[in-house]
Amino acid sequence: MDYKALGLVAGIEIHQQLDTHEKLFCHCPTMLREIAEHDGEFSRYLRATVSEMGEIDRAAKEEMKSNRMFRYYSYDTTCLVENDEEPPAPVNDEALSVCLTIGKMFGMTPVPQVHTMRKLVIDGSNTSGFQRTALVAFNGALPNGGLIETICLEEEAAQRVKDEVFSLDRLGIPLIEITTSPCMHTPEEVRNTAEHIGMVLRSTGKVKRGLGTIRQDVNISIAAGARVEIKGVQDLDLIAEVVRREVQRQQSLLAIRDELVMRGAVVDAVAGVEVTALFKETTSAVLKKAKKIHAVVLKGFAGLVGREIQPERRLGSEMSDYAKKCGVGGIFHTDELPAYGVTAEEVAHLRSYMHATEPDCVILVAGASEKQATCAIGQVLTRAKLALSDKPVPEETRKMLESGSTAYMRPLPGAARMYPETDVLPVLIDEARWEAVAIPELITAKADRFVAAYGIERNYALQLAASDKLPLFEQAVAEGIKPKLAVFTILSTATELRRDGVDIAKIPDQAYLATWHAVDSGKAAREAIPEIFRSIAEGSTFAEALGKLAPAVSREELEKIVKTIIAGRADFVQQKGMAALGPLMGVVMAEVRGSVDGKVVSELLKKEIAAATSPKTP
Amino acid sequence: MSKNGVFITERDGMAVVKLDSGYNIGIPPGSCTLVERPAPQPSRQIDVVQNKNLPDLAIVSTGGTIASRIDYRTGSVTSQFNASDILTAIPELAEIANYRTIPLATILSENMTPAIWQELARAVYDEIKNGAQGIIVTHGTDTMAYSAAAISFMVDTPVPIVFVGSQRSADRPSSDNAMNAVCAAAAATSELGEVAVVMHATTNDDTCAIHRGTRVRKMHTSRRDAFRSLGLAPIGAVEYPSRKVTLVPDAVRRGTRTLALHDALDPHCALIQFYPGMSPELLKAYEGYHGLVIAGTGLGHTSTTLIPPLKRLVDNGTLVVMTSQCMNGRVCDRVYDTGRDLLNAGVIEGGDMLPEAALVKLMWVLGNEMDRTKAAALMQDDLKGECTRRSAHGL
Ligand SMILES: [Zn+2]
Repeated sequence: MDYKALGLVAGIEIHQQLDTHEKLFCHCPTMLREIAEHDGEFSRYLRATVSEMGEIDRAAKEEMKSNRMFRYYSYDTTCLVENDEEPPAPVNDEALSVCLTIGKMFGMTPVPQVHTMRKLVIDGSNTSGFQRTALVAFNGALPNGGLIETICLEEEAAQRVKDEVFSLDRLGIPLIEITTSPCMHTPEEVRNTAEHIGMVLRSTGKVKRGLGTIRQDVNISIAAGARVEIKGVQDLDLIAEVVRREVQRQQSLLAIRDELVMRGAVVDAVAGVEVTALFKETTSAVLKKAKKIHAVVLKGFAGLVGREIQPERRLGSEMSDYAKKCGVGGIFHTDELPAYGVTAEEVAHLRSYMHATEPDCVILVAGASEKQATCAIGQVLTRAKLALSDKPVPEETRKMLESGSTAYMRPLPGAARMYPETDVLPVLIDEARWEAVAIPELITAKADRFVAAYGIERNYALQLAASDKLPLFEQAVAEGIKPKLAVFTILSTATELRRDGVDIAKIPDQAYLATWHAVDSGKAAREAIPEIFRSIAEGSTFAEALGKLAPAVSREELEKIVKTIIAGRADFVQQKGMAALGPLMGVVMAEVRGSVDGKVVSELLKKEIAAATSPKTP
Repeated sequence: MSKNGVFITERDGMAVVKLDSGYNIGIPPGSCTLVERPAPQPSRQIDVVQNKNLPDLAIVSTGGTIASRIDYRTGSVTSQFNASDILTAIPELAEIANYRTIPLATILSENMTPAIWQELARAVYDEIKNGAQGIIVTHGTDTMAYSAAAISFMVDTPVPIVFVGSQRSADRPSSDNAMNAVCAAAAATSELGEVAVVMHATTNDDTCAIHRGTRVRKMHTSRRDAFRSLGLAPIGAVEYPSRKVTLVPDAVRRGTRTLALHDALDPHCALIQFYPGMSPELLKAYEGYHGLVIAGTGLGHTSTTLIPPLKRLVDNGTLVVMTSQCMNGRVCDRVYDTGRDLLNAGVIEGGDMLPEAALVKLMWVLGNEMDRTKAAALMQDDLKGECTRRSAHGL
């Protein structure tokens, strides 16, 4: 697909948790907990604050409609700040330093004085009703020539446990937000940019690792479409697919609009019609359970409501998302009926009752109340009108579904409702502080260095440079361990063990070093490393593991074993010469039960075979 | 590099500028250039129609905010005093009563004075006389307990007088202001007939406690449930959001007392906390004071070195009342020698009065009773629930 011709424009916002000792505005550890470990809970309401114009923010008002009570879980690692029962501590200076480092790595300009703001968020994910955020630096450069507009330092929100229940362990973990300009024009470019930014972030060694510690929001539009913000893309490999599918969705919506116009479709209904009685005898579980069933005719929409706009998504799915805001489970439409227990007779009956002709589509909603059904039909009509309008792609905030398709979340936020956090003093970033910020070596540069210095494959070198075992590797090399042995153990052996269910986190760095030294000095075989590690992970000390798995065979003993074996097979050795090496290796290794490095055995065998087959001097 | 923004203010040598994104940054003032000066935006007044069939309540504000507006541009928070503004911010209030508002003062509660307590007492009295079926006093939380005690002594009230405030600022969506205000309005329209403080009972948004004005104390610097009744349980509770009010049998009921105002106070009184090693010289500062409350140690003690200067104060006409810094339990100066010496010096036992309530009471007693012996007796009488005759189990 020619994305440039389509006018694809995309930007990304990356949110990455920082690995600081304490949270951003309190002195709690930045530690995630198991839900079951919570030792306190409390409940709160949030209400939107009134603005200077006597108005309440539109999006906030929407959230307030239900006046939900939120429930929060607290832990022995959270405090009154997370509970919104104590004013915030000053900005965590360690977190600010990480942001400055990253800013400098992107060649940005720091803000002379950093002011913390409150961004209104009343969906319950922040106990205070706002997210604290501060602009730290702007104007950075990207390899594709694009711009990093800003770096902000923010507090992470509470984790939703389910519905209105939140866990406070995550609230307040420092988060860096990196916003690019809309400077990308192909799906691959978006992916590569996200990957590059992620690599720079990891190069600091001060960011958290693992699922959920980095999230990407993607802004996408095509020339005839509209700006859509897709939230929460956690997997880098899905980014390009998300972009491709959004382009497909926008194109499909444009095509549907053109077809609707061509057909002369109209949305002239202003409300639904109650059809509950028509489904008195239905076998559809959903319709049977419903208190009120409402229907509406979309004239000229037949076939288009059911048309796929991206994998697993139809125009009907979009209408369904809108209707769900009223609390219904979704909608039925005649493009997909008969199905779901609704019979052909019922459909025919419904069509005639609604005076629907062949080009029309009938939409059904099943509500738990009159109010819910009315609200849902209203939402369906709103979405249908948009589909027919000159802006058939609504500006929306959407959430990513598992496959890379997306669902509607809410309209794009209006003007940001931000006001100063008066409880936090501004922080001056003077020239001396900025000058003192040291730029760490990029992971990619480090990898290049490893390739050159140690002859490690680039793929391995990249993994090593990004690994949290990098300091261990550097120490090992300094202690004279062979780089390839260390790399192989760190990246391959340990990973295989982990996949095998071994808790490799229990193996201390000291055990790695001791094992390597043992291999180096011939006290243990290279082949025995996995078994030594497995034993340590299960609770043995290094010495015990070595004793158990690598009964020390001294050089002397080994020489004796080798000599005995060669002597016992003298004819074979004489006949085969050096070709006897392979078969004899197996015999020796079996004798020492793998406890000696194969290389040592092979060298010794070579020597002894040579000695045994060389002409005897009188 | 140049950026557009709105200049907000200059603070600590830096210009605070709001960028288009909504973020503020601080930059050297010299680096700003004026592009244009925007016209000030008038704030819009919304009129809310009240339901005349509901009970009449008066809201007297002293500076505590139950409703506020934010200027998102400057971040400044303005407290709202008129009924329409309050009802816009907290719509549930309109279901409870009909309000009229009296802006008495706009001060931080640490700047409160006995003179303002007197103005407050008069305003409250006038409102009740004019037919208010309940009074809500909005007040900063720091000295709310002092003011509640002061109004308890100065106003004999047939209707509830409810003090309310917020521990978490009203400019945050999570503020306790709205729930406290709604619960205060519910308490002010209830069967209660005395001065009370209505604030969060726990950290949850589910119940407010109704505390007697003379037995309440702020016991935490920042938590929502900072206010606690000491020496007795709260006299009632208001559930949220149901607004169901329950009162304990001991709570004074609406209509029990006849409206009266006794607004005299003698402000020449002080409260001091004794500590080990406290210099007797310090007491010289209180010479000429008409009353002095001491928050003593344990059962109500000071060091023996303080007894001679205390006796001198008493001999020169100062009424000295002993309370305990333990906050819980009553003083008893008949157990140890020091106590007996203090009594011999003329110090009066303050029973189980809270030190702050004792100070306010002393001002009121000395303002209304000239006879020193009678005044001393009044200090030991229970006037407005400040002294209990029996110690409940406590703590
Ligand atoms: Zn904390």
